[in-house]
Amino acid sequence: MTEETHADLIACEDALMFVNAAITSTGQREFHHDAGEQRLSLDFLHAYMLANYREVYAAALALDVNDHNAVMIIRNLLAHAAEVGPQRRRIEGRLIARRLELLPPQRVYRLFRQVRRAGINNRRVRAIFRDWLAARPDLAFDAVKYRGAVKDAARHAHLPLSGELGDFLFRPRSRKSFRTPVFETWRRAHYEQAAVYELPYTVAQGFAARHGIPHEVFLERIAPKLTRLERLRLQTSARVHKADAVRADLRTMPLTRLASYVLSLPMDERAERRAELTDALRAAARRVAGARAWGRVAAVLDDSYSTVGSGEKRRRPLAVALACHYLLEALATDYRPLWTSGRTDPLLLYPHGPTPLGERVLDALDVLAAPAPHPGTEAPDRLVIVSDGWDNDPPGLAAEVLRVWRTRLDPDGRVEITHLNPVYDADDFDVRRLSPAVPAVGVRDAEDLPLLVELARFSEGRLGLAELRAHLDEQVESFLEKT
Amino acid sequence: MTAFRLDGLHTRPAQTWGTFRLVPLVRDEPVPWLRLHRKAYGDKPTVVDVGDGSFYTSYFIPHAFVATWQDGEAAASYGTRLLDKDTAGHAPPRVPVRMTRRMARRADRTRLRFLPLHLAVEGYLALHFGGPEIVWEEYSRRAVSRGLSPRAEEAYTGHLVQGLDDALRIFEIHDGQCGVLVYVADALASAFVVPHPDDYRALHATLVEDLFGELIYHYALLAAPAAPFPVRIDDTAVRSPADLWAQAALRRREWADFHDEVMAAGLFGQMSRYQSVQALHDFELTRFLPSFTPRRENHIGEVITDGDARVAYLKTFRLSETQTRRGYLLTRLAEYDWNLRATAAALGTDEAALALRLERAGFGYLLRQDVLDHFRAQARTPASGQRPATRRR
Repeated sequence: MTEETHADLIACEDALMFVNAAITSTGQREFHHDAGEQRLSLDFLHAYMLANYREVYAAALALDVNDHNAVMIIRNLLAHAAEVGPQRRRIEGRLIARRLELLPPQRVYRLFRQVRRAGINNRRVRAIFRDWLAARPDLAFDAVKYRGAVKDAARHAHLPLSGELGDFLFRPRSRKSFRTPVFETWRRAHYEQAAVYELPYTVAQGFAARHGIPHEVFLERIAPKLTRLERLRLQTSARVHKADAVRADLRTMPLTRLASYVLSLPMDERAERRAELTDALRAAARRVAGARAWGRVAAVLDDSYSTVGSGEKRRRPLAVALACHYLLEALATDYRPLWTSGRTDPLLLYPHGPTPLGERVLDALDVLAAPAPHPGTEAPDRLVIVSDGWDNDPPGLAAEVLRVWRTRLDPDGRVEITHLNPVYDADDFDVRRLSPAVPAVGVRDAEDLPLLVELARFSEGRLGLAELRAHLDEQVESFLEKT
Repeated sequence: MTAFRLDGLHTRPAQTWGTFRLVPLVRDEPVPWLRLHRKAYGDKPTVVDVGDGSFYTSYFIPHAFVATWQDGEAAASYGTRLLDKDTAGHAPPRVPVRMTRRMARRADRTRLRFLPLHLAVEGYLALHFGGPEIVWEEYSRRAVSRGLSPRAEEAYTGHLVQGLDDALRIFEIHDGQCGVLVYVADALASAFVVPHPDDYRALHATLVEDLFGELIYHYALLAAPAAPFPVRIDDTAVRSPADLWAQAALRRREWADFHDEVMAAGLFGQMSRYQSVQALHDFELTRFLPSFTPRRENHIGEVITDGDARVAYLKTFRLSETQTRRGYLLTRLAEYDWNLRATAAALGTDEAALALRLERAGFGYLLRQDVLDHFRAQARTPASGQRPATRRR
C-alpha cells in the first residue's frame, strides 16, 4: 500500500516537473546554460516522460505548453507510435490533429520537415499531413511563402497534386502564366517591380535584393504586407531609414511582447516616450486582468544581472518581470512592488546587480505582516516572487526565510506565496525552486500569471495522482470538444 | 612596514560556479584621488570629470597592461606605476611587445589588454627582485626569437583554466564592488582590488587573462564543484519578522568573519618582505614577497596604500611549487646585489655550481652567454683545473 502511494507521489512530481519545463523552456541559450545543455536536458526529459508516463505526456498537448515543446511532443508521439495499441493511438491522433490546428503554420511545416528527415512515414502520418494541409485556408499562399516546406510535405504525404499547385511547386517555369493570382504575382515579380510589393515580406525581400531596390523605398511600400511581429521587428530599422509607414500599434500588442519592446529601447527614448509606453503597458495589463480583483499583493521582482538572458533571449526574464509588475498592479487593490536592485521606476530598468532575494522577501513579508487596511475582505494576501531562483546574496536565505515563515510565523497559510520562474534549469530538469514550502511554476508569458497562480495553489494542497489524472482528463476532453 | 589592512572593504557572500568561488569586496566610498589611467579606457588622458566637483590627481597603470604609448608602438607597462595628473601624458617604464600580425589585427582598440604570455610572469618575478628592466627585455627578445627555455614551467592563462570564463561571465557585480578574491576548489588563486567601482567593472572581465600556476589549473580541471554554503536560520530564535532580519544580519557577519579569518588567512599571514617602490601624494606603491616556504601558500603582489595604510589597489599572484623554489634563488641573489660570488659563498657552493643551478631553474638569461659557457666548461673539468685527457681511438 505504501509503495503504491510512493510511486504515485513520484509520478505526480514528475508530471508537474514536466509541465513546468514544457511551459518555460525553449531550447535556446539561457544565462547559466548554453543551448546545447538546454536541448540535451529537454530531450532527455521528453524521452523520460514518453517512456514512463505516456498518457500524461500526450495529455500535455491539451495544456498550455509552449509551441516548441508541443512540436517535440508530437514528433515523439509519431516516432514511437508502434509502442501502444490502436485505442491509445486514436486518442493521440485526435490530440495531435487538434494541437496542429492551434500551432502557427511555420512551426507545423518545420515539424513536417523534421518528421521527413527522421524517416517516419506510415499511413497515419500521411493522413495527418493530408488532413492538416486540406484544412489550410489558402494553400496557394502557403506554397508561395513556405515553398520548400510545402514541397517536402507534399512529397512525404504522397499528395496527389495536380493543376497549378503541382506545377508551381515542382515545375515553376513550365507555365507561361498562372490563373491563381498569388502564383501569377510571384511569376511576374521576377521581372516587374510593382508585383514585388504584393508578395509576403519574406518572399519580397529576396526579389527586392534581386531588383536592387533601396531599403527605404522597399520598407515604405511593403508596409501593408507585414505581419504584426515583422512590423515590430522592423521598428528600429524603419526609424533609421525614415520609413514612416512601418509603425507598430502599441495599443494592440500583447503585454509581454510590449514589455520586451520597451526594454529594447535606449534609456533616453524610454524617458522621452514615458507617457505613451506606460499607457500602452497599463492598457495591455487591464485587458489581461479583466474583471478579476485580488486583495493585497506584494511582489518581489528580479532585475539582477542574470535577467540579461542571453543573445537569443535578450532580457526575457526581465521582460516577464516587468509585464508581471504591470499585471499585478492592475489585479491588486493594494500593490507593493519590490525590485531586487531597490529601484522604483519600472520604465528605466536594466539588468544590474546581485540577487538579494532573501532580503526582498523579508521586506515583502514585513509589508504583508502589517494588518490589512480593510479587514474582512474576501481576497487573501498574496506574495508573488518572479525570479530565476539563483539567490546569491546570501545564498539560500530566501529558502530559509520562506521555510521559517511557513512553519513558525504563518502556519495557517494566511499569506499565499507563489514563485514564478521564467527560466528552465538544464541541470534540474525543472525550473529552479526556492523552497519546498513554496510551489514554483514556470512562466513564459505574463498573461498566464492569474491562471498559474491559481494552479499553484491547487498543487500546494494534497494533490494525489488520481486528482491529477482527473484534472488532465477533463482538460483533454474540453480541448478536443472545441473542434 | 606593517601589514596593510583591508579596512573600508566589506566582504559580501560568495558566488560559486563549478569549482570557482568568487568573493566580492565592496566599498562604501571609493578611494578618492586615485583612478585607473584613462588610457586603459581607450580615452586620451584628460582630467576625469566625475560630476561631484572632485577630480582625480593620480592614476595607476597595472603591470603588464598593453597599450600604445608615445611612439605608436604597442608596449607593456613594466610594473604598476603611479602617475600624477600633470604627468599623465608621459609614458611609464615599459617594454615593447612584439605582437604577431594576427594578434595585432585581432586586438580591439577599445578593450583593456594584458600580456597574455609567460612574459608577464617572468617579468613579474624579476620585477619583484629588483632586477633591471633590461632583464625582461633581454628575456623577451630571446623568448620570441628562440622560444622559451624548456625548463620554464607552464603558467596557464585564464582561458585554459576550465570554467573561469563562465564563472566570471555569470558573476553578478555588486553596486560599489571594488574587488574580488578568486578561489579554485577553495584554494586562493588571486586577489584583486581597485579604488573605484567603475574601474572594477572595466577590469573584471580581464581576470580571465591572468596567469595561473599548475596547481590552480589542476584544481579547476579535477576538483569537485564548490559547495555553495547556503544560509541556515535557527528556528527556535525566531518569533517575529524582526527576528528574521536579525538572523539574516547575523549570518552575513558570520560569513564575512569566516572568510577574512579563515579563507583569506593565507594571503595576509604570509607577508614577510615589503619593498616600497614609489610614493606620490599620499599613496605608496609597495611590492611584497612571501616567505617562500615550500608546500605553503605563497603569494606575491603589488599594493597601493593610502595615507591611512588602507588598501587602494591590490593584485596578487599565487606561486606554484617550482616558482617558489625559483623565488627563493632570486631572493638570495637580490640580497647580495646580484653578485654571483657573494651569493654562492652564502649558499655554500661555488660560482660555477650556482650558475648551473640558475640555468637549471631557468634563469640562464640573467647571465652573459660567454660567462655561462665559461662556467659550464669549468664544471666539466675536474677541480684541479687540468684539461681532461682526450682519449684517441
